[in-house]
Amino acid sequence: MTISSGDTAWLLASTALVMIMTPGVGFFYGGLVRRKNLVSMITLSLVAFALVSVQWVLFGYSIAFGPDINYIIGGLNYLGLNGIGQGEATIAGVTLTVPALAYTVFQLVFATVTLAILTSVFAERVKLSSFIIFGLLWTTLVYDPLAHWVWGGGWLANVGTLLGQSGGALDFAGGTVVHISSGFSALAIALVIRKRIGFGKDLMEPSNIPLALLGATLLWFGWFGFNAGSAIAANGLAASAFVVTNTAAAAAGLTWMLLSWKDGRPASLGFASGALAGLVAITPASGFVDPLAAIIIGAVASMVCYYSMLFRIKKGLDESCDCWSIHGMGGVWGALATGIFATTAVNGYSGLLYGNPSQFIYQAIAVCASIAYAFVVTFVLVKILDSTIGMTVKEEEEYVGLDISQHGERAYS
Amino acid sequence: MKMVQAIIRPERLDPVKKALEENGFVAMSIIDVKGRGEQKGITLEYRGKKVEVDTLPKVKLELVVKDEDVTRLISIIKANARTGKFGDGKIFVLPVEMMARVRTDEVWK
Repeated sequence: MTISSGDTAWLLASTALVMIMTPGVGFFYGGLVRRKNLVSMITLSLVAFALVSVQWVLFGYSIAFGPDINYIIGGLNYLGLNGIGQGEATIAGVTLTVPALAYTVFQLVFATVTLAILTSVFAERVKLSSFIIFGLLWTTLVYDPLAHWVWGGGWLANVGTLLGQSGGALDFAGGTVVHISSGFSALAIALVIRKRIGFGKDLMEPSNIPLALLGATLLWFGWFGFNAGSAIAANGLAASAFVVTNTAAAAAGLTWMLLSWKDGRPASLGFASGALAGLVAITPASGFVDPLAAIIIGAVASMVCYYSMLFRIKKGLDESCDCWSIHGMGGVWGALATGIFATTAVNGYSGLLYGNPSQFIYQAIAVCASIAYAFVVTFVLVKILDSTIGMTVKEEEEYVGLDISQHGERAYS
Repeated sequence: MKMVQAIIRPERLDPVKKALEENGFVAMSIIDVKGRGEQKGITLEYRGKKVEVDTLPKVKLELVVKDEDVTRLISIIKANARTGKFGDGKIFVLPVEMMARVRTDEVWK
């Protein structure tokens, strides 16, 4: 297969779109925390971007997409992007029409935004130095292997074949790899590190709602590259993914707004949270479902995530930017919905509704495996780091805010 | 009449406000202020470098009440603003000569 200039152009453009999601997460979370931690929150995302960018080039890509070893992990053949050139990419046995380097950097921005999403649980109380060490280890131990399992030719992509049937779990743009992994890792971290001082007692008002809405908008914008770029081609499938992505987000934003209206007022942050829930849920399904299914997936995503958030609040979990309830639970629903609504009319795969129950079972296996893997490895990792270097700042540093204590800067002078 | 000025932690504002309202003290002004007490703010050691946080954000409540209500008012503020740590704030009581309502011609002396 030869390189297509159209496919390459779209993939490079998509990569740039996905890049803006990482600072987009920073602005979204930054607007949600108190003003004394606004700089800190945005910085965590930017640091995540740079940190994973370097890790990915050095060894991350190789672990995720290197030659498969027993369906578990990629080989170290591509350390430092050795052998990754301007010629076509061959991923898990399939030759693509884009340069290997373009595919590498497209996957790089997925890895960066995943760590940025996870910074939700670090809000307002975690040392920058500890975050850097954690981020490096987490991306290497959790994200990279999961990416291999799903996209790099690992066992989840081949679970049907390994069970003596055919096919495997579907994840078009990262429901399991990006959203379930970050969401359930956030849950594990929230159970290990201490809560913010005054959590549940003091009023912790969002510092800047327009900034949070701008962040959510950047995410929605970038998500077109995230999902439609995952076609790795400028073709009809990319267009289909683009349409279902937007449809699910819109349906979900409206649904969340109605739910929160019923319980009080239709807050703008509720609308934005809903849209994000819809974007999360449609992610794994975006290459396999039609627009009407996208409306259902989006609307149900808002219900799942909204009630997960209420549950989180009731349990007093200090995971206050809601990575778990939106990304984790939205990802679970999206991965299962892929197994329900996939139709051959879109991309040749069918789900439960179209007479293929095995696909739903593969999706359920992928959901359980990614939850268990991300939760357990992260729990152990954070437990070790918290008892050695310590994850959180001292009480007085937290009181004056992380902007001053970690960066010596203020959001507003 | 007296004016009670209470400088408290911003995060304790809500419980204080709520308790005051429950006890009939509804009218008040709330002002964002910055300041320091005898501890001179907070000094942080960050990787060998000193970070001085000289003034900390606080809020100031101002209420004008009858002389006989002052003691009760102060005890409500204290009960709800106190954390027991440095930086809980101060309360000042000032004499008020006169009060006039803008909407009407009412005057209190």
